Amino acid sequence: MAKDKSNGSTGEVLSTKAKVANVIITVLLFLGAIVMVFPLIYMILMSLMTIRETISTTFVLIPEEWQWHNYVDIFSDSQFYNGVVNSVIVAVPTLIIGCFTSSLAAFAFAKLRFRGKNVFFMCLLATMMIPFASIMIPQYVMFSKVGLLNTLLPLILPGALGNISVIFFLRQNLAGIPSTLVEAALIDGCGYFKIYYAIFLPLMKGSLATQAILWFMGIWNDYLAPQVFVGRTQRLYTLQLVIMKYFEDNATVANYPKIMTASVFSMLPTLILFFVFQRFIIESVALSGIKG
Amino acid sequence: MATKQKHKLSRAARQEERAGLLFILAPIVGFLCFMLFPICFSIVLSFQSWTGIGDMRFVGFDNFAELFTTPTFWYSLGNTFFYLIGIPIGMIIALFLAMGMNRKIPGVRILRTMYYVPVVSSLVAVSVLWNQIYTQSGLLNAVLKSLFGIDGPNWLYDPGTVKWAIIIFTVWKGVGGTTVLYLAGLQNINRSYYEAAEIDGASGWKRFTHITFPLLTPISFYIIITTIIGGLQIYVEINVLATGAYEFTKTAITVVYYIYDVTFNQMAGARMGYGAAISWILTIIILIITLIQFKVQNRWVYSAD
Repeated sequence: MAKDKSNGSTGEVLSTKAKVANVIITVLLFLGAIVMVFPLIYMILMSLMTIRETISTTFVLIPEEWQWHNYVDIFSDSQFYNGVVNSVIVAVPTLIIGCFTSSLAAFAFAKLRFRGKNVFFMCLLATMMIPFASIMIPQYVMFSKVGLLNTLLPLILPGALGNISVIFFLRQNLAGIPSTLVEAALIDGCGYFKIYYAIFLPLMKGSLATQAILWFMGIWNDYLAPQVFVGRTQRLYTLQLVIMKYFEDNATVANYPKIMTASVFSMLPTLILFFVFQRFIIESVALSGIKG
Repeated sequence: MATKQKHKLSRAARQEERAGLLFILAPIVGFLCFMLFPICFSIVLSFQSWTGIGDMRFVGFDNFAELFTTPTFWYSLGNTFFYLIGIPIGMIIALFLAMGMNRKIPGVRILRTMYYVPVVSSLVAVSVLWNQIYTQSGLLNAVLKSLFGIDGPNWLYDPGTVKWAIIIFTVWKGVGGTTVLYLAGLQNINRSYYEAAEIDGASGWKRFTHITFPLLTPISFYIIITTIIGGLQIYVEINVLATGAYEFTKTAITVVYYIYDVTFNQMAGARMGYGAAISWILTIIILIITLIQFKVQNRWVYSAD
């Protein structure tokens, strides 16, 4: 019995040592986390300052008077308002059509048998390695030849036809579902589209939603493609181009509070989506790494 | 009877084939129109001299000959590779963070969220933010002054600091993503390996080098590939953070910035062919690196099979 006790106490000694280590590690990790988040808090603080405070030679951290009206004023700027509208016009149709085409293709690649399937899939997969910088010049020429440069379509069309990483991920996801489901449904007289729509789409719902969120973040935050395709037509600027425009204007007439207010606004949709769905988003990101 | 059944079966197979091809039609059309055709067109373009208006003029390898003798091209290539230093730095930090978060400590979810927030933030917005942070009287120098009494440099204008400023920024922006991947990798490691090692009396360091590190090689490999492919395309950060740098073309310009600049910015006349030629060098570099990594992978990625 005495032996048992001493065993228990050595176990406790070890665990207190581990506990101390854990406390130190926790403190360090939280200090690091504060360093990570602090710039973004500073962004919010700056959005609530006066212009004078943001360009003062003595550093200002906390605004003397919180300029909440900055968040109202920004909407009276038609550039900003247009930017929000344009970003939505690009993101919503791309996602709705693109999720349909991508999930349909993922279903076909995962569950149907047809000649050339693997070749087609490898072709699509290989495009993931091609940098956008390499195809932006010919795409720009193509869109200008067909007269689409003064529209938002160059930003919508390619994505609406499907996104290979979404297809790839959904296909992986469907691999675990038995193909006998297709055969059973065929015997019941279902057509292939109905099998996709009534059986497999509901099965993909969760992972499709996660992929859609990640894709939305990509579209919403994209800068190079909008700059190439609509960079010369100011009324078509997406939100990211508007922020960049504010930043360039800032060199002549400094207005950091305006830039920061617009930036905070532009980050709200992605941050809200992230906070609400973070478990699924992080799981999906982690999974893509583990499955590679 | 047998032939009839065979006939029936092949009809079903044909129907399946038609459905399959129809269902992948949209992505295939997208691939042909927005990938394959542009790629072929870009190859043709890289051998032409063209302003985007009027006729193209075939110039053979002139574009390539020119870029190999243009210092700006070599600067852009050198700088782009220099910025990749952020990748190993970020991976080491992320591995430490992930190993910390993998212990039984409170608040792991909150920590993970805090580290991940910069990843989902708009690159343009946070680049502009860091532009302000890096100014002479900005946040970073204010912190350096109050904590260490150091008078910080004008980070983005000084050619000695601008690259490091950008590297610090890219690490800040990306380290959360790498941490999440490593954390998932660590959680995937079977605990029994560690228990066995403990019974054998393996030290913490031994356990790291013999269990943790080898079992994380597949995920490290994935991180390296994706971050290099992304890192070689660095553009927005340069556009916002570096354009004020002293001797910009020498100290900070990157390949994608250079492509964009010669193709779209130069008012004197866009140089589509020259831009396409540079973009091909970038593509080939990315392809070579990816292939090398897949080859090397077999040698150093641990596999249970």
